[in-house]
Amino acid sequence: MTAAGSNGAPRVGEAGTRMRMTGLTAACAAVLALACLASLLLGAGSVDAGPALAGLLGHGSEEARFVVFELRAPRTVIALVVGAALGVAGALLQAVTRNPLAEPGLLGVSAGSAFAVAVALTLGASAATLRSTVAQLGALGGCLCAIGAGRLRGVGDDPVRLVLAGAALSSLLAALTSMLLLVDQRTADEIRFWVVGSVAGRRLSDLSGILPSLAAAALITLAIARPLAALALGDRVAAGLGHRPGTVRLLAVIAVALLVGAATAVAGPIAFVGLVVPFAARALAGPDIRRTLWLSVPLGALVVVAADVVSRLVVQPSELPIGVLTALLGAPVLIAVVRARRLPTL
Amino acid sequence: MNRPVTDGDSRLQADRLGLAYGRTTIVRELSLALPDGRVTAIVGPNGCGKSTLLAGLARLHPPSGGGVVLDSRDIRDLPTREVARRIALLPQHTVAPEGLTVAELIRFGRHPHQGLMRQWSAEDERVLAESLAVADIEALADRPLDALSGGQRQRAWIAMAIAQQTPLLLLDEPTSALDLGHQLEVFELIRALAASGKTVVMVVHDLVSACRFADHMVAMLDGDVVAEGPPAEVVTPALVRRLYGIECTLIEDPVTGSPMLANPRRPATARS
Repeated sequence: MTAAGSNGAPRVGEAGTRMRMTGLTAACAAVLALACLASLLLGAGSVDAGPALAGLLGHGSEEARFVVFELRAPRTVIALVVGAALGVAGALLQAVTRNPLAEPGLLGVSAGSAFAVAVALTLGASAATLRSTVAQLGALGGCLCAIGAGRLRGVGDDPVRLVLAGAALSSLLAALTSMLLLVDQRTADEIRFWVVGSVAGRRLSDLSGILPSLAAAALITLAIARPLAALALGDRVAAGLGHRPGTVRLLAVIAVALLVGAATAVAGPIAFVGLVVPFAARALAGPDIRRTLWLSVPLGALVVVAADVVSRLVVQPSELPIGVLTALLGAPVLIAVVRARRLPTL
Repeated sequence: MNRPVTDGDSRLQADRLGLAYGRTTIVRELSLALPDGRVTAIVGPNGCGKSTLLAGLARLHPPSGGGVVLDSRDIRDLPTREVARRIALLPQHTVAPEGLTVAELIRFGRHPHQGLMRQWSAEDERVLAESLAVADIEALADRPLDALSGGQRQRAWIAMAIAQQTPLLLLDEPTSALDLGHQLEVFELIRALAASGKTVVMVVHDLVSACRFADHMVAMLDGDVVAEGPPAEVVTPALVRRLYGIECTLIEDPVTGSPMLANPRRPATARS
């Protein structure tokens, strides 16, 4: 990130900003490490923290080691990846739409992704082979719908209306997805739990399918971070600074589709992460999108890992779907943003 | 204060330039040469195409006919970043994210000089400090933009354009919405920039300020240039009538000698 790294005599404010960013990153990493540890040690099943710790250290019962390394470790890693992807996607989408409420889940991007997967499965595809590409294409379709709605007069100017349009699109797609599930029993069995969003029962190998697209999205994000920051000054100013607003937006939308599609392919649609994470990152790091994006990586991972841990503990011995918890976390933030006297301009 | 325009060079020219929004033509076959190292004021009534012309000159609005020539080349043949190293444009309405500080804003001005591989450098840091000094806002460097007065904020935006280190600076109504004192702040900064060798082109609403602070004046009406030259020669009661539909008497500012409007009034036929 360019926020750091000045060779000249740094002024006080800048050095302060840089130190603050380093501190914030370290703090996020520390809390994230704790959350990961909790994710390995705690669960809804019979293996408690003590035996799990022993298992983690290589002692303990066979069962404890199995639970820690074969069940909890993979879902922790997947929660990390999914959270980081959704956090960054939210930050990108908010910057592109200049709307602090723009969230892949709220705008129908995740629903588009889920619907595309349901259609593909109904048409006879098997979950293992098709999911990630189809989910990304669906996410791209959802993105384009959201951006298209954003261009409509009266909808795009008003962040709240854009979210309403997104909610309508989400509900429509969710209804269509449910319809497909009713019609086709096989599809229903394959994706019923997936449709509500969860990182349970995933294998690490599920990640291999989405790593290339995550890498591509990361490269795109690095390349457009600076122009995206300039877009916050308006298209004319950005173009005057030698950027191409249209190209930057298109690339950002592609990155969002890759990230949300990948996350949805593995964990199902998880709403609100893309809202809460950039919101917190902005509050901590200030308005520059480069810093927001940077902090969205650990914060996104933290939110999903923590939500996953809590989801195992609240209704033991069952588990809550993770989407329920992110919604519990996200709804108050949504209300806070909407109720703020004036929506923050991005 | 003003310097007379002699037949000098011009790096930026419009050549039978046409500009349109969709099917609505705003500027038709307009040819114009902007004198180097001078302050040019573009004046004219609302909707005459001043701002569109400025955007067209900076390649932010694609021509529907003709073209813009920058350093003897069609501006469309130059890479975007190259244009941004030669022309800085400040739009009339600016937006900035909440909490953005003055120094952070000015750093954006270095974007045309940076790339993926070339990040913030000692040179950028030096230019940042220099831009703050030229705009006289060093004490405000770490203040958020939204905490500044209108004049300070506008000087911060101009400082961003200064940091772009372009020989040409285009300003769209840099003093609109500023009170008299803040207007002077900004116009004096613009004169200082011209004195340091920059070519400044500004759209100005107020004819008297344009006379006072510009070396060269371009009067526009309905997308066309109707008069061009030193303000003292260009501004006549006939031009004022043609541009704004008002009658007036022109007098000389007793101190600076630049033209001033006295007793502006709507013509008898327009009154009812």
